[in-house]
Amino acid sequence: MVQYSTQQKLAILSDAAKYDASCASSGSTKRDSRSGKSVGSNEGSGICHAYAPDGRCISLLKILMTNFCIYDCTYCVNRVSSNVQRARFSVDEVVKLTIDFYRRNYIEGLFLSSGVIKSPDATMSDMVRIARRLRKEENFRGYIHLKTIPDAAPELIEEAGLLADRLSINIELPTDAAVAQHAPEKNPVQIRKAMADVRLRKQEAKDRSFTGKRPPRFAPAGQSTQLIVGADGSNDATILGQSTRLYSGYKLKRVYYSAFSPIPDSSAKLPLISPPLQREHRLYQADWLLRFYGFDLQEITSVTPDGNLDLEIDPKLAWALKHQGLFPVDVKTASRETLLRVPGFGTKTVSRILSTRRHRTVRYEDILRMGGSMKKARAFVTAGGWSPGALTDSADLRARFTPPPEQLSLL
Amino acid sequence: MPRIGVAEAWRTAARQYLQQNVPPEQLTWGGADTPRDLFSAPQIKTETHEISVPRSFVSLANSVVWHSDPSRFAKLYAFLWRLRDHPYLMSDRGDTELAALRRMEKNVHRCQHKMKAFVRFREIGDPAAKRRSFAAWFEPSHHTIEPTAQFFARRFGDMDWRIYTPDISVIFESKKLTFHENCPRPDLPEDASEQLWVTYFQNIFNPARLKIKAMQSEMPKKYWKNMPEAAAIPDMISGAPARARAMAKAAPTLPLPRVKQAQQQQARFTSSWTQDSAHLVSELSSCTRCPLHCAATQAVHGEGPLDANLMIVGEQPGDQEDLAGRPFVGPAGQLFDEFARKVGIDRKQVFMTNAVKHFKYVARGKRRIHQSPNKQEIKHCRFWLDEEIRHVAPKLVVAMGATAAFALTNVQTTLNTRRGKIEMRADGVSVLVTYHPSYLLREKDPEKLKAARLGFQSDLMYALKCVGGTSVATY
Repeated sequence: MVQYSTQQKLAILSDAAKYDASCASSGSTKRDSRSGKSVGSNEGSGICHAYAPDGRCISLLKILMTNFCIYDCTYCVNRVSSNVQRARFSVDEVVKLTIDFYRRNYIEGLFLSSGVIKSPDATMSDMVRIARRLRKEENFRGYIHLKTIPDAAPELIEEAGLLADRLSINIELPTDAAVAQHAPEKNPVQIRKAMADVRLRKQEAKDRSFTGKRPPRFAPAGQSTQLIVGADGSNDATILGQSTRLYSGYKLKRVYYSAFSPIPDSSAKLPLISPPLQREHRLYQADWLLRFYGFDLQEITSVTPDGNLDLEIDPKLAWALKHQGLFPVDVKTASRETLLRVPGFGTKTVSRILSTRRHRTVRYEDILRMGGSMKKARAFVTAGGWSPGALTDSADLRARFTPPPEQLSLL
Repeated sequence: MPRIGVAEAWRTAARQYLQQNVPPEQLTWGGADTPRDLFSAPQIKTETHEISVPRSFVSLANSVVWHSDPSRFAKLYAFLWRLRDHPYLMSDRGDTELAALRRMEKNVHRCQHKMKAFVRFREIGDPAAKRRSFAAWFEPSHHTIEPTAQFFARRFGDMDWRIYTPDISVIFESKKLTFHENCPRPDLPEDASEQLWVTYFQNIFNPARLKIKAMQSEMPKKYWKNMPEAAAIPDMISGAPARARAMAKAAPTLPLPRVKQAQQQQARFTSSWTQDSAHLVSELSSCTRCPLHCAATQAVHGEGPLDANLMIVGEQPGDQEDLAGRPFVGPAGQLFDEFARKVGIDRKQVFMTNAVKHFKYVARGKRRIHQSPNKQEIKHCRFWLDEEIRHVAPKLVVAMGATAAFALTNVQTTLNTRRGKIEMRADGVSVLVTYHPSYLLREKDPEKLKAARLGFQSDLMYALKCVGGTSVATY
């Protein structure tokens, strides 16, 4: 076998890891190294240390331990039947890279994932070994995100959860049928069981014992997962349905949506066209409406007949245009729930409106200063000195928000 | 105002002037290098009175003082002057002056955040030393080095580091922070890790998705000159479309012989999650007779000895049961355990299961709301329940709740008329119908609740008597 240098391995194994969208480093326990005995801190909010031209933030050293894999998932560049270059990091190399990058302020921590080699248990225990070295020997107090392998033994997952800030298992495809088709070695029930196991362990770690002592925190930054959009035929309603089940069932911190993108040496079973990145963006917007704006799945997905989100306008605006009868709402009197449904108002704007109107009338210019987007909201609200008049019910309201039609190119 | 320690200096000065009722028009604020106005700085008299300022203003001022705008001190004092008579102004987000201050605060926070993100250290000492030392050159847009230095001290407590800026520089040596004015830009040595970092930056980028605007809005070009990876960006952008096209065009290659080897390797592995195959109805896990399996985590098997005399059937697994994969571990299960202990039923001697094996719910926000299974789902799942009864062959089955009663007897009449009586199934197994413990958790009316609790307890005692046990409680 070819011997690669650390730099060559880093190139191969970070290239292999880039299809994971998650790079969050927020929401963990607060800790620091003021004592001078350790390195690293975590202050709750995440830090993005760089941005790549694909618009994604680089917060963690996101690498695979190895890209050898015995699974054959069609959507994955590292599947056993693909002919990409293969490499494997040693424990020392990963530890040294992490610490060296961290000390130069390049990263917030490590996001370690891996192809499955030998067996799920063997792979997981290697990953846990790296995390243990970082925490126990290098006294590393930065962020660690470990990808868990669903079939790995529960005691390995337990140790992983005690060492890492976040655990994640990617379900990748929104339906069990799609998993069976594209990832024959994976068992959707087992993935769900592993997520349920993480949630239960987190729950247990919150209970104090009878002496009042708190057990060590288990994966304090929670668990997350990723769904690939556009690799199978599922529509947005199916995808969002799956993510509401994941949020409610396993208390996931985040579900990441990743527009399927062509991979080197891709499988013949995959679609040739990648979905528009806009679809991924709309899904995130809908996800936020479901979690923070009190929308029901049904409300968002019933706007279009095919269950896909409108690509031209955002899902809240699409909903409002279907329910023009409910508008305009009066900013001076409307409840928080109603204000949250106004296109152009975010949760912060709404809180600011509510706190200001305790003292005085909220005027059109005030909302602008509070950060509301009046370009969108003006048709849907009345405020001090502003009434939309016939604008709210005008038939061409949608056309005001969509981009102008484009002439198709001749060639 | 001095260059180092502005926050404290401004606060002291503002407090003094406010106590003496000096209006903002009489004051001229300036930096260390602003020439002094002849008539400025009114004499500070000694008599003072207490003033109180909302805490939210203090934290606002503590950020705004670091802004690069020379008028920041005056703006802060002018707003503070108004705030004295109208303390509610702090919660008025539409106020023009406050909006301007909040915007400045946001600029400072953003600048601080970007500093935490984009400072790039180079090693200047011996890598093998006990305390390694690093240095960086950084050009912030505002005077943010002072408020942000603590962050680096908290993070890099076990090494020496220094950050030089055109304005003020900070040195952290043997756990002590010191600030210095007018340090020249240092000549930092090459660092081998930088090459690795650029390699990482180039390879973590996905050429199939170019979003240059998104990158630049978060990483403005003004920071690029001090970031080693930024030099690689133009080439990455220009090469991306061709790389993406090549990927899409490349024909799939033929799999290597190692595929077979991998499959053999997989066949040898047994997951430690797999239950032993001797388990009753192990096929249940892969049941797809009704659509409930799609949303639930797993099918929840019955639990208990296969020679149990008593079998207890509930409705369906709840949230906790669905996660744990075991029946009766949630709140209703705990209530059942409480009654069982009272009556003298040993849960380990009883076979406990549910009429429907998958959890039916609707996801609402962060919670899963239980839904009763419908007739069809109960009928589909009856297959598994009958299998369990056949395997265990209990002397008596207790049906808790209407769903279990329907699943076991196929009779759907109100529970109240049937409760406490034994019914006979077609296969000769006797069924005792009683309440579901979750009904006891749900009932709000104290009278009804008391009656239901008594009824449930006596039913359990009756069940125990039927299978030949003696109850520890009395009627």
